[in-house]
This record gives sequence, structure tokens and C-alpha cells, in this order.
Amino acid sequence: MPDKARLTREQIAQRAAQELTDGAYVNLGWGIPNLISDYLPKGITVYFHSENGILGMGPRAKQGEEDFDLVDAMKVPVTLMPGASFFNQADAHLMTRGGHLDVAVLGGFQVSEKGDLANWKIPGSKGSGGIGGAMDIAAGAKKLIVCMEHTTKDGAPKIVNQCTYPLTGIECTDTVVTDLAVIDVTPEGPVLREVAPGWTAEEVQRLTEARLIVRGKVPEMRLG
Amino acid sequence: MKSKIIRSLDEAVADIPDGARIMFGGFGGAGFPNNLIQALSRKGIKNITAISNNCGTRDGELGIMFKNGQVKRVICSFPGPHANHFQERFAKGEVTCELVPQGILCERMRAAAAGLSGFYTTVGVGTEVAGGKEERVIDGKRCILEGPVHAEFALIKAEKADELGNLTYRLAARNFNPIMAMAAETTIVEVEEIVPVGTIAPENVITPAIFVHRIVEAKGVRYAG
Repeated sequence: MPDKARLTREQIAQRAAQELTDGAYVNLGWGIPNLISDYLPKGITVYFHSENGILGMGPRAKQGEEDFDLVDAMKVPVTLMPGASFFNQADAHLMTRGGHLDVAVLGGFQVSEKGDLANWKIPGSKGSGGIGGAMDIAAGAKKLIVCMEHTTKDGAPKIVNQCTYPLTGIECTDTVVTDLAVIDVTPEGPVLREVAPGWTAEEVQRLTEARLIVRGKVPEMRLG
Repeated sequence: MKSKIIRSLDEAVADIPDGARIMFGGFGGAGFPNNLIQALSRKGIKNITAISNNCGTRDGELGIMFKNGQVKRVICSFPGPHANHFQERFAKGEVTCELVPQGILCERMRAAAAGLSGFYTTVGVGTEVAGGKEERVIDGKRCILEGPVHAEFALIKAEKADELGNLTYRLAARNFNPIMAMAAETTIVEVEEIVPVGTIAPENVITPAIFVHRIVEAKGVRYAG
């Protein structure tokens, strides 16, 4: 089983991109989520929000065309789409917290069966750590998707009964997209919606601490 | 009327005392008052409390002040991957740090600006951020009480100021600057250009002049590099 192919980080982003709908206002976090803009389904327009006060952010700026007053939350010079706007950081987070964003996608270290998210600090890590906008985003998005590998580098499950890492938010995650599965967090518990190509529900369950709800035959993810 | 225009960066920060609470604008390399920060550091200030999104980029932005050991306390949301001078001082216990969720940091400054004594929020409930804070249920949701963040001074960066202190900002270099301008007792702005009153159309003013106390033109360091 460990030898079976899992999704790459790019493929996780590609699958998560399919969750976005036409006209949605979307915030993408650090890590895998940041790759999603490269994989938007054909024919849909999405308006990307950046916590430093941009709505309608376009692709990264080409080399030689960068303007360092126009950067995303990762300090990367970006471009604008027609109809973009600027605002201050308080209004940017009014959008994240106040339920104005249709979808936010964050990276994760752990997600619990209730949808608690831990993504800002590894226990025992040196230094101060940093929260940034993650707690505001987790608290307020209409739909929060978490993209991450299904297990740690050592093979430990990251979808757990209870998070042991410092929390970012409680009961905030709606959907988890991993290299093995798509899982929806529901009031009844985490529902296994899809598995990675070649994987079975039982195999995914063995790498998941939380008990997954399986309703009939679980379909495989379809990647473009 | 006394002019708000100050001739030099050093003069603009001359009366900021040791131990002051100071807000610093900027995010992601954009909109930092780098020239004012250099002047403040140059004057040898000590023991400040710095309120800023991050804690410097190597020697740039606030980095120089941590390098020189001029900061005793930080209120920030994300120190940043290149805040090495801050992290060194933090590890030695020479700087204390209060981490605040970014949007909540904004709202706590806005509360100070608006004469509000705090607010309840769902952000941070059940996390380390909630430690020691009053919790109550509002509209069926667990919330924590957050207080205002005040400062004696704000050092900010804008693109243009008119002679009264009405400000405009360039692209995404706006970020924290308008919020801090409203929150501090004394706001000092470095701008790329000072223009005559009436040049900025009223509907294009982002920060109204009432929030701006000193204006200084600075053409030196724009980015930390």
C-alpha cells in the first residue's frame, strides 16, 4: 500500500480547483492552495482576494514587469484583472471574517473529525511562530477547504479525532482535499466523498485516525 | 495655521521618546515607512513597543531596530520568514511578542481610533489567542473579548500628501497605513510627493487630513531590498 501512487501537490491543487464555482470570491493561503490559480476549470471566472487589500488579483507578474507595491500575501509581485479594487487591511479582513468570501483554501497540519483546523505552529518548534490572516479566514469564510497531504512524512494521520497541534480555529473546515481523498465535514462526521485513483475506501480509512463515513461505493477523483 | 510639513526625517521623529508605543505601516514589502524607521533607529531610541504586521526583513523595514536592540515588545500577527534579528532577540528573551490574528489586530487598532473599548469575536476561540480573555456566547456562537490597541505614534507611508495632510496610497501599498493613521495620537507620514491643497480631488482622498500630524517628503529607501 505505501507504494501506491498518491496525488502530487499540483494534483491536490487541481482537484481543489474543481470546488470553485463561476463568479466566486476566493482567498488562497500559503502552500498547496497557492497553486490552485494555475488549475482553474475552463470557462469559469474567479475573483481572487488578497489579505493585504486586493480583490481581482491576476496571475504573477512576468519577470521585468514586477511592481513591488503590487504583491500578494506571500510578497510575490502579481497583476490585476479588469475590475480589480484596492482597500485597506481592515476591510480585507472584514471580507474574510464577515462571511463575504465564497471560498477560502488553507493549508493544514491537522484537521479533526469536527473540522477543527491546526495550521500555524508545530508543537516544540523554535521561534515565535506566526498567525497572519489564517484565524480570521478560518472563522469567516462561507466555505473553508483545507488542502494537505493525508499523512505526515512519518506516515501519521493528519485527519484525527482531536488536533494535538495548536489550533487555528474550531469547527471551521467544510472540505478536506488530500493526496488520497476528498472529505466533507458534516454534523454526522467526516464523509468520504472521493478517493484518489487506484485507492479504496478501506485503504484511505487505514491512514485516517478519524472514523470516516462511507455511503455506498466511493468514486475516484477525476483529474482533468 | 502651523504647517504640518517637516523639513527632514530626523526632525520628524526627534521628539519620540524612549519607551514609546509606535505603530509601523506596511505589508509584504509594500508601504513601509522605511526612511522614517531609519531615522528613528539613527536617533538611538530604546525600549519601544512596536505594533506592526511583521518584524522586519533581514536588516530592512523593522529589522534594523531589532538588530540594534531598540525594541522591547512587539504586537504583531506574522513576524515573517526573514525576521532573523527579531527571532534572535526573542530567543534570548530580550523581546516579548504578542501574536494577534491579522484582522483582529486591524480591528483592535480601529477600536482605538473609534473610541471603542473593545469587541467580541469568534476569531481565536479555542486557540492560544483566547488565553485569559473573557468568553461569552453571542447569537449562539462562542466569542472572546478583544481590547483596543493604542499608540502614541504611527509611522506610515503614503504616495502623496497635500499640504494639509490628505493622503493617497499607491496600489497595494495601502494595507495597514490608513488604519494606523487613525489609531495613533500622533501620525507621521513619509510621502513620495507633497502637492498643493486642492490637487487631490476630495473623492480620491483615502486618509483625511484630520488623522495626519506631520508630513515629510522622502525619496530614499522605498523597499527593504
